[in-house]
Amino acid sequence: MDRFRMIFQYFQSNSESVMNGICGLLALASVKMYTSFDFNCPCLPKYNMVYGLGIMFLPPMALFLCGLILNRQSLVMLEEWKRPTGGRKKDLAIIRYMCSSIMQRAMIAPIIWIIVTLLDGKCFICAFSSSIDPEKFVGFANATPAQTQLLLSKVPCKDDELMKNHPARKAISRYLRCWSQALGWSILLILIMVAFLARALRPCFNQAAFLQTRYWSNYIDIEQKIFEETCCEHARDFAHKCILHFFESMQKEIQLRRFNAPREAEAGEGEEDHLRGITDREQMNKLLKSWYYHKPPLDVSQATQHQPVGRERLSMPWADSLSNRGKVPQKAQISRQTDV
Amino acid sequence: KMDKFRMIFQFLQSNQESFMNGICGIMALASAQMYSAFDFNCPCLPSYNLAYGLGILLAPPLVLFLLGFVMNNNVSMLAEEWRRPTGMRQKDPAVLRYMFCSMAQRAMIAPAVWISVTLLDGKCFMCAFSTTVPVEKLGNRSYTGLSEKEMRRILARIPCKEIYNGQELVAREVAVRYLRCISQALGWSFVLLMTMLAFLVRALRPCFTQAAFLKSKYWSHYIDIERKLFDETCTEHAKTFAKVCIQQFFEATNKDMGLGHSHSPEKAPSDAGEEKEKLLGITDQGTMNKLLRSWHKCKPPLCLQQEGLQNGNSSNRHHSHLSLPRKEMVTYYSKV
Repeated sequence: MDRFRMIFQYFQSNSESVMNGICGLLALASVKMYTSFDFNCPCLPKYNMVYGLGIMFLPPMALFLCGLILNRQSLVMLEEWKRPTGGRKKDLAIIRYMCSSIMQRAMIAPIIWIIVTLLDGKCFICAFSSSIDPEKFVGFANATPAQTQLLLSKVPCKDDELMKNHPARKAISRYLRCWSQALGWSILLILIMVAFLARALRPCFNQAAFLQTRYWSNYIDIEQKIFEETCCEHARDFAHKCILHFFESMQKEIQLRRFNAPREAEAGEGEEDHLRGITDREQMNKLLKSWYYHKPPLDVSQATQHQPVGRERLSMPWADSLSNRGKVPQKAQISRQTDV
Repeated sequence: KMDKFRMIFQFLQSNQESFMNGICGIMALASAQMYSAFDFNCPCLPSYNLAYGLGILLAPPLVLFLLGFVMNNNVSMLAEEWRRPTGMRQKDPAVLRYMFCSMAQRAMIAPAVWISVTLLDGKCFMCAFSTTVPVEKLGNRSYTGLSEKEMRRILARIPCKEIYNGQELVAREVAVRYLRCISQALGWSFVLLMTMLAFLVRALRPCFTQAAFLKSKYWSHYIDIERKLFDETCTEHAKTFAKVCIQQFFEATNKDMGLGHSHSPEKAPSDAGEEKEKLLGITDQGTMNKLLRSWHKCKPPLCLQQEGLQNGNSSNRHHSHLSLPRKEMVTYYSKV
């Protein structure tokens, strides 16, 4: 149990690890699903191809959609894409980066399914047994085309009486399986080559912009998480105070009738107040609405200059929303110097 | 028992090289497992046998080799170090060569395991070279005057027990035993050769430029650790930035809604100071972007003592802003 907890904690440590963990789990689930699936070729002329190709391509699509759904980042990306600009400009490079990272992870399980299917061969044999050239194999010389088609479509079924003892059945199976495995290995090789080139060559193109994009996409993710945590804390405090208030008002009514000694001061003064001044439903609704419609600018220089006890905020001229000014805002001396 | 596992886990995580050794071992095991799970299926047709056999012998090792590179984070680090602008830090080709060699050595283990297992098992070799069995030595060549093509077709069926029909030409058992013997001999020779190479590389390397080797090893580890720490620092910074941004947002909304003074008790000065420090002076998007750009374009020099005295480039923004005022004064005087 300890071991699982440790592995679990390792994967939880940052959100990329979580995603990698989910990705790995989906890949394993994909292999397990294939081995436990009871493949059942219909062995009829027109149905074979539909069934074979269906089994080869429909589960991967489902796995791909699963991979997109289970990934928390897809929601974050959609929100970032569709939000109104507010106080913070949108950067398409960040959205593209998040999109490509989500797609890459979601594509692993479907690809594993397709490759395992091809390496196993049953699906390929079922789908393409009617499409081979009967001239290459013995035993089809005297059959009419329709009969040939029927016989060929029965190749995947070992126990069918028509084909059980046909001399060419095993040869055809083996031939198709060989092609299927060659195709599987080729696809795997091409994909790994593409992955390797992508990994090795990416730092050669625009690395500085990539560092920026990666940082800000990570930031958006973290900000979303912290905002949700803050809202949760707020909701808990809100509920707590609401309930306490209710109990007090009940007690007040009772006291009015009984003239008991006033109860002691409210508990909870000492603990940290997570309400931050938002104390009713309308205010909270307004806050949540403006979080979406008018995201704050990426500039916290005011907070770091905020005196711990004072009320006024320093309103320096450069501390307004400076999304893209190149100078370091808090160095008044520098701006003075460059004028001189 | 749990402690031991945790210790192993932590040891493997401790640096990139140990981690890669772990991955390397796992891939070698996976390679052997993949071979036994793979259902070898010789086509038993004259022209297809060679292609299939050699394909199975060589394509999966290539896949495993590239996979070994893909899984290694150092690949992008190597490319980055190779292509970055020089900035204030010289590039050392010896370090790059060391990193590449270390990655390549690790990536070669899984393919070597696959090739050894394939050759020792023998199915693949038998499939690929069954048509080249010397019939004169093993069977009767003069059997019913077969044409070359017919004979090749019969020989191609040797790997497939059920359909072999050339028992009079050459007994199947004889041919199989012959091919397997050669295959296993090749397999063991391959294993011996690889082991000998590894031994020579390990034993003789200290005889050549050991000092330079130690230097390369150190700086290659340093680059790895520096990159990891930079990523961690950026993540910490992003967390603090997000926290402060959200707090500011709540306060701003307070003010907008015309609430008098906030009900929240002021944070302890130590907390505010701590957060200010964690932000390391980088408080808006433009500055952060500039910092990240100059991390790539102009890496700082590997020299820690002269920071305060040297008047560095204006792009060295990632110093803490406590040291900057001192620098400004230097510039001011030098202008006067």
